[in-house]
Amino acid sequence: MTAPALITRLRGPLTFLGLLAAALLVMPLLLEPFRLNQLAQYLCYAIVALGIALAWGRGGMLALGHGVYFGLGAYAMAMHLTLAAAATDPLSPGHLPQFMVWSGLTELPWFWRPLTNPATAIAAALLVPTAVAALLGWSVFRQRVRGAYFAILNQALAAAFVILLIGQQHLTGGSNGLTDFPVFAGTSLYTPTAQYTLYALTVLTLGATYLLFRHITLSRYGKLLIAIRDGEDRVRYLGYDPTWIKTLAYALSATAAGAAGALFVPIMGIISPSLIGVIPSIMMVLAVAIGGRYSLAGAATGAVLMNAAQTTFAETFAGGWTYLQGALFVIVIALAPRGLAGLTRTAAQALSRPTPANTTPTPETTTGSHP
Amino acid sequence: MDALIGQLPVGLSIGAVLLLAALGLNFTFGQMGVINMAHGELIMIGAYTAYVLHAWIGLNPAYSLLIALPTAFAVTGTLGWLLELGLIRHFYGRPLDTLLLTFGIGMILQQAARDTFGAPNVDVPAPAWLTGGLTLTDNIRIHYSRLFILALAILCVVAIAYHLNRSRAGRQMRAVIHNRDLAATTGINTRKVDATTFFIGSGLAGIAGVALTLIGPTGPTLGTNYIVDAFLVVVIGGLGQLRGTILAALALGLLNATVEAWADASLAKLIVFAAIVAFLQARPQGLLTVKTRALT
Repeated sequence: MTAPALITRLRGPLTFLGLLAAALLVMPLLLEPFRLNQLAQYLCYAIVALGIALAWGRGGMLALGHGVYFGLGAYAMAMHLTLAAAATDPLSPGHLPQFMVWSGLTELPWFWRPLTNPATAIAAALLVPTAVAALLGWSVFRQRVRGAYFAILNQALAAAFVILLIGQQHLTGGSNGLTDFPVFAGTSLYTPTAQYTLYALTVLTLGATYLLFRHITLSRYGKLLIAIRDGEDRVRYLGYDPTWIKTLAYALSATAAGAAGALFVPIMGIISPSLIGVIPSIMMVLAVAIGGRYSLAGAATGAVLMNAAQTTFAETFAGGWTYLQGALFVIVIALAPRGLAGLTRTAAQALSRPTPANTTPTPETTTGSHP
Repeated sequence: MDALIGQLPVGLSIGAVLLLAALGLNFTFGQMGVINMAHGELIMIGAYTAYVLHAWIGLNPAYSLLIALPTAFAVTGTLGWLLELGLIRHFYGRPLDTLLLTFGIGMILQQAARDTFGAPNVDVPAPAWLTGGLTLTDNIRIHYSRLFILALAILCVVAIAYHLNRSRAGRQMRAVIHNRDLAATTGINTRKVDATTFFIGSGLAGIAGVALTLIGPTGPTLGTNYIVDAFLVVVIGGLGQLRGTILAALALGLLNATVEAWADASLAKLIVFAAIVAFLQARPQGLLTVKTRALT
């Protein structure tokens, strides 16, 4: 590969990483702590978006239930933080969280116990979503359940998960969720230093996830993933087993969502079923559709933009914002299925001289997704 | 065992509601491959049609229900037909995109309902002749409104079965479901068939909505509560066939009711989900599917 070609090829990722470095160093100087906290929340959603872009844009698996994986990661961390708060609370007998005391529980449920250790909590936040996704993925992909069927199963899982969280109030905090997290591993979370550290951690996780997923998509495995998206049966005829290839991508995208959830909890200060149900899961996909499902950087940008717009508009004109979101769905799917990333690419190509076929393959139609 | 038998009528009536909600979906999904997420909002509009007839136009509850059923069918059917004509038909062959597209439409319809009728739930009074219930044994009692929904579901199934098997338009519909290209070759106007199917499918959502006013309050998010379960019925039943949908709706209703009888209601949903995934291991294509030589 010649040097100019290498520069062209690396221009996108270098821009993205440059932006991340700027986010790490410059944004804390420009933004007041409250705004920085909000930006950190959006970046958490950007991590989820990277996962969805991998599963959906590359693998053709419409992940309509990523709220579940985000939620599993978030709850693992929130449960640990709740226990940490209860341990220092003189008013809580036996160091039980308040809501358990009110529900009449006298000892900690078995699945809460390992989470007293912060390392276990972080491991659980990453491994539990991965394991659930791998199990669901493997069991349906191996029977060639795909396309819309898979999307519906994702939705059903999100619905069932939220109903479970709300129903088991004595174990999960119910529809109020878990909130009020003052300390993590003995350090206060309310200091500006802690908030900056969390922000920096989120930026670094986003950057690492981006580099990992980019490496994956450019590898031989990534090519297979795209091949499966565009013609699963043909890949099967070539002697590959799509089950494992799809399961791996889906599980990895769940890991990203779990990590994002674990970061989100100390930043946001609350996690509740209303943040992870059917509708929030679809909104995560909308962000990816707007940003560009075939582009990792586009998906992440879409998530930041949409969540920023959400906070800006939702409070002032809630109704109008819902209309706009609905219209965005229709407009993006109808007119720009490749999202903002596709639009900028088209614009760049129109401005410069015509270039040969670009490196990001996009399908003409989603063949093979029809059951 | 007694408790289990006691759950039977509950299961049947849940199944009847699911069947009404899923009937229309199955045809739009089976024939055109459209995942119509706005179907839930069409159900909601059907319910509000009953509300408008009663509260705004002031029809007597004694017969407004009977007028609401055909009116809702016409209202939601027309709306669905317009959606198909204006938007959805451009996306045939891209099922995942239709899912997101119609979800966006659903959001807009839901917000429109919130702006028109307000966010709080409204009540549509049931006619006097549906209050009370039928006592079978000491612990089994069926409300008349539940029986009415069951009867309505049976009526809809019979009407659709008649349409599919006896009428010319219905036979054309089946031909398109089986093999679109071959049907087009024989001179069937598949565009027209698609539009008709969408009209009927959406109209059935309206009827489901009116039925739902009998068993609960009506609100802008009414449809969202049913849409996921209705799609599960389609997934289990298999595409494009009436029998599969009926069996799946009843099975899902009974399963929900029996699991809830011995497990916690919130746990029941997860158990049912696991059961569905397990079922798909055995029959990934659903209970019954149209046997076709068309390449998919």
